[in-house]
Amino acid sequence: MKTAAMGSVQETYDYRVVRQFALMTVVWGIVGMLVGVVIAAQLVWPELNFGEWFHFGRLRPLHTNAVIFAFGGCALMATSFFVVQRTCHTRLFAPWLAEFVFWGWQIVIVSAAITLPLGITSGKEYAELEWPIDILITLVWVAYALVFFGTIVKRKTPHIYVANWFYGAFILAVAVLHLVNSAAIPAGLWKSYSAYAGVQDAMVQWWYGHNAVGFFLTAGFLGMMYYFVPKQAERPVFSYRLSVVHFWALIFTYMWAGPHHLHYTALPDWTQSLGMVFSLILLAPSWGGMINGIMTLSGAWHKLRTDPILKFLITSLSFYGMSTFEGPMMSIKTVNALSHYTDWTIGHVHSGALGWVAMISIGSIYYLIPRLFGQEKMYSVPAVSIHFWMSTLGVVLYIASMWIAGVMQGLMWRAINDDGTLTYTFVESVKATYPFWFIRLLGGALFLSGMFVMAWNVWKTIAGQKPYNAPVVAPAAAHA
Amino acid sequence: MSDFINDFWNIYVVVLVIASLLFCAFIILSNKGARPSGTVELHGHQWDETLAEWNNPLPRWWVWLFWITIVFAIVYLIAYPGLGRFGGKLDWSSANAYSKEVKDADAKVAPLFERYAKMDLKQVAADPDARAMGERLYLNNCAQCHGTDARGSRGFPNLTDADWLYGGEPEAIKTTITGGRNAMMPPFAATLDGEQVRDVVQYVRSLSGLTGDNMRIQRGKDVFATNCAACHGADAHGNQIVGAPNLTDGVWLYGSTEAIVTQTVSRGRNGHMPAHGELLGDNKVHLVAAYVWGLSNTTAAK
Repeated sequence: MKTAAMGSVQETYDYRVVRQFALMTVVWGIVGMLVGVVIAAQLVWPELNFGEWFHFGRLRPLHTNAVIFAFGGCALMATSFFVVQRTCHTRLFAPWLAEFVFWGWQIVIVSAAITLPLGITSGKEYAELEWPIDILITLVWVAYALVFFGTIVKRKTPHIYVANWFYGAFILAVAVLHLVNSAAIPAGLWKSYSAYAGVQDAMVQWWYGHNAVGFFLTAGFLGMMYYFVPKQAERPVFSYRLSVVHFWALIFTYMWAGPHHLHYTALPDWTQSLGMVFSLILLAPSWGGMINGIMTLSGAWHKLRTDPILKFLITSLSFYGMSTFEGPMMSIKTVNALSHYTDWTIGHVHSGALGWVAMISIGSIYYLIPRLFGQEKMYSVPAVSIHFWMSTLGVVLYIASMWIAGVMQGLMWRAINDDGTLTYTFVESVKATYPFWFIRLLGGALFLSGMFVMAWNVWKTIAGQKPYNAPVVAPAAAHA
Repeated sequence: MSDFINDFWNIYVVVLVIASLLFCAFIILSNKGARPSGTVELHGHQWDETLAEWNNPLPRWWVWLFWITIVFAIVYLIAYPGLGRFGGKLDWSSANAYSKEVKDADAKVAPLFERYAKMDLKQVAADPDARAMGERLYLNNCAQCHGTDARGSRGFPNLTDADWLYGGEPEAIKTTITGGRNAMMPPFAATLDGEQVRDVVQYVRSLSGLTGDNMRIQRGKDVFATNCAACHGADAHGNQIVGAPNLTDGVWLYGSTEAIVTQTVSRGRNGHMPAHGELLGDNKVHLVAAYVWGLSNTTAAK
């Protein structure tokens, strides 16, 4: 099936931008997770808060922005630019614009790394960056959408591969979310006020916040899953039909789920109820993706024994399934009454962020790196395996400690004496949490150490190698 | 009270919710398809050399899971608020649920507190059960500022010593807790020049036995008589009616260093004890007051 493009000299895919983003995924992964380890240490040893700009309150948004938008964003852009070319059997539309996407996105990241520690923030969680940076994000995102959808338009196949549906939904939805939630009135170059007020502001914020999870951290990475899992397993996707149903159900239902972040607040009761029931409905559509990924391995389970990349991909799907079960459960108001504001939430987020998002990205990047530099495989496959075990153990330590800590905090906060007074003061719950914060720190440090193993392995794989751009593959005959 | 400014938004929400549930049902139903009897076939498209898709039917258990959540949603939205203005058959609201919980809890614990309400505060302080309840109330409501050991911290008075800003009698303590206190030490930066501030600071520190420049202390005494004695008294023993502290007892609410006392004199202080009467109610205030009184009257309390 491997034939040269019809009637032309060897046309090659535009891998340059893929290479750039893939390498920066590793760099920003280390930076973002390092900041995470620092703030985890600051919780254990408060003396590590130095001055105003090296303080938990300033570094925490830096951590979330760096891992979500720098690490996750670069991974999504690298893989989507790769996947859309390969599955559309064509070069990128407007490669020069893709170059702008890369440099624009790096400027956004560096601006975040400068402004957040300085305390320049709009105060909206996961959307802290001030308006001038927001405008740059908008420009980069429009360019990203143009390149991606432009490539879809010039595809050589009649059908659009399922991975591209998910990448496409992610790009469109994030554009809408960013524009609506970041709407603000500037009051100077580095200060703005949200266009919304009071509970509306909170609702817009969490409509954004939860869909950032749904579209940035889920739909985008499902796109990644739909390409790299069948590729690495060398098996067809389990069910086309399932992919159709869970795609539409997922992108449709996520939009409703935001209010579960605001249970028992000033948000009207009806809004809270809707947030809860649609979060529960989200369970099946989310699991559709997990089933389709894991079942793709049917008949190829033995590969899991020897292929650490596949281990990364399949384990990430297990964590995805686990956290998308946990999420709907936590959205039930009675459960939320216990879990809200505790470290359980932090554990839930990291089972998704480390277990799902980071591990599927790491697996995909390990798939990409050799292919972008004309290599067969990574310099050291055993090192990939070591990285896998470090990551898995790190995630388990992290989430198990946060589950215990969270449930303990929730129970301590609600415990009351016979006379109606609280059994524990707040500070007692803080004191009781210390051991678990320490275990969390160990888990995070282990996960970060794995990233250093990856960086070494990537360096060894590409050092002295020439960038390689594969020739464009002609569509399969069945398509003609 | 309605959450909707007009009926359009009510209808908008109801229609959108029902349409969304119908959409979920529609995508399941429209993709059911016949379950193949033989082997499952590939969907028939191919991408990037090897990518293909089986046409496996939807897993049955998964479809059931999807249906169960949809049915749950429908039942829940019939029972609870969700469909716009429709408040649900159970007539539940978070505001009512909250008031009911508070009412029930109050009804449950009220007799416990009533037992002591009629008792003299000193008697309450002598009752070990009452003291334990008072301590729990204290830890929930007062420890945030005054500390779990009630020894206070900078700006928050120590409650275990015999030094009282507004009086240490049972009634005075109750008044403090019920209505709160707002201390007002005015700033003197505008009235006094720098030299005078330095002088009076040295003098005030000397009252508690701290050493200083004798010349300044002498001059500071005059500054004090003119500017400070009105509240703190000519003998600097303070005045509990206005909450002016005794300056001769070696107790320093904000600190005794020259720098801090200088700051106190030139910028003033605005200590604020919030009112707890409405929050706790008389019966609980009675118990906390007894506990606090007992802290510095241990012989009476034991």
